[in-house]
Amino acid sequence: MTTAVKVRGLTKRYGDVQAVGGIDLDIGAGEVFAILGPNGAGKSTTVEILEGYRRRDSGEVSVLGTDPGRPTREWRSRVGIVLQTAGDVGTMTVRETVRHFAGYYPLPRDPDEVIERVGLTEKTGKRVSELSGGQRRRVDVALGVIGGPELLFLDEPTTGFDPEARRRFWELIQGLAHQGTTIVLTTHYLDEAEALADRVAVIARGRIVAEGEPSTLGGRATAKATVRWAGGSVETGTPTRTVMELTRRFDGEVPELTVTRPSLEDVYLNLIES
Amino acid sequence: MTQITTTPPVSVPAASPAMPSTLKLGLSRAAAETRMFFRQRDAVIFTFSFPIILLAIFGSIFSDGLEGTGLTVSQLYVAGLIGSATMTGFQNLGIGIAMDRDDGTLRRLAGTPLPPVAYFTGKALNTLFISSVQVAILLAIGVALFDLDLPSAVSDWLTFAWVFVLGVLGSSLLGIAVSSLPRSGKSASAVIAMPFVVLQFISGVFIPVRELPEWLTQIAAIFPLKWMCQGFRAVFLGEGGVTLEPANSYELGRVALVLGAWVIGGLVLCLTTFRWKSRSDG
Repeated sequence: MTTAVKVRGLTKRYGDVQAVGGIDLDIGAGEVFAILGPNGAGKSTTVEILEGYRRRDSGEVSVLGTDPGRPTREWRSRVGIVLQTAGDVGTMTVRETVRHFAGYYPLPRDPDEVIERVGLTEKTGKRVSELSGGQRRRVDVALGVIGGPELLFLDEPTTGFDPEARRRFWELIQGLAHQGTTIVLTTHYLDEAEALADRVAVIARGRIVAEGEPSTLGGRATAKATVRWAGGSVETGTPTRTVMELTRRFDGEVPELTVTRPSLEDVYLNLIES
Repeated sequence: MTQITTTPPVSVPAASPAMPSTLKLGLSRAAAETRMFFRQRDAVIFTFSFPIILLAIFGSIFSDGLEGTGLTVSQLYVAGLIGSATMTGFQNLGIGIAMDRDDGTLRRLAGTPLPPVAYFTGKALNTLFISSVQVAILLAIGVALFDLDLPSAVSDWLTFAWVFVLGVLGSSLLGIAVSSLPRSGKSASAVIAMPFVVLQFISGVFIPVRELPEWLTQIAAIFPLKWMCQGFRAVFLGEGGVTLEPANSYELGRVALVLGAWVIGGLVLCLTTFRWKSRSDG
């Protein structure tokens, strides 16, 4: 596995606040990597340092083999960034905007094709200011990928989306990932991380408190399951046996039966509190 | 900061493709800025009609002649308003960049391979274009309605050209520098328009310099607008208007010196004070 992002001992302090207190990170080329964490935990600072927006205090950082503290145009052309909020480029149309940004890159993708991929073909002649929030976000993504980046940063990409728009957005990101784009995603939605990410890291108080695949994060796969039915519940390491016993006891259908393992959200909340 | 040696970094393509030239990108930015400007119809109407309305008002109120010169007050105003149209860049860039910083435009651009110089080239060319159109409109109206005589000598037009170019450059750079002052894009128009209005009053745009108290003209002399107006008076009022000048001369050498100094000073100010991020952004 080639490494797209490599971080060792990253720190950043704002005045008295230690925003990032020593982070190590390895993200492989082609991976979809989600960074989770509460507001103010150092998540945005870390990503902004990787994006070349912010200087670090100490530590080693390599993004696509380059130190983002000294960004070059060549490096910028290989990295795509979809920022959290942007209220700009209002009066240009979708096509004009995407074409204009394509001109910044040495080997841009075809603007019309990118517009189609983000699902805005029907809006291509509309001014960006006339689009809905979700459609504008698609423009942001189009501008993030127009240069054909090897690595794409997505900062809380679906905040404010309705559930359907969110699903469609996920498909778009999955499509990019299938084409081999490395994606670094920050999000507050645990289901989003679970749907998209190969691996996740949880940042709390400026450090990584857990890292792994979404399904096994924080011992999730081996944690006890809760079996609930009308009139009782039990936490057990062998839920199948419990269900069989219940089936026998109720002689068939167990009323209101559910078997749950801790959700990613349960694990996450546990991690950031401890 | 030490280099990472433990894992091989992702290989950079052997022959990396050529980046688009900065000049080409500057022109592309200028085209985009101009296109965006013309789509804000209210701003377009205001920008181009403001100097015309001022000229119409002042030219009509003060239609008398200026004693002993054979000139009219409205001719004086044409020269003054061309001066303030030349300084439009101060206001346009000061407010425009503050808003770009606030709404995320600068942040987005900073994340692309667009060189900052191309961004400024786009802004500067856009300003040059807007100022030129304003000046052309003022000249046309001055000639049509207010007895303005266009100079016929080539030397006058040469003077016009260098005053205009130095003026636009200096005030654009000053505009870029002051764009870092407003705390947000919303407050930008107030923060930047105010000093511009004051400057217009003390620099001889609305009130002839001769009628201003000396201490005010001394303050105005620090800034480029007074000198731009003086240069344009030299072009459009000519010999007949020299007696209106406190110095009894248009002091063109000094005009060139001060405007030139502002171009250099503005550049230094830009390079030392410019911020890509808003203050709240750290």
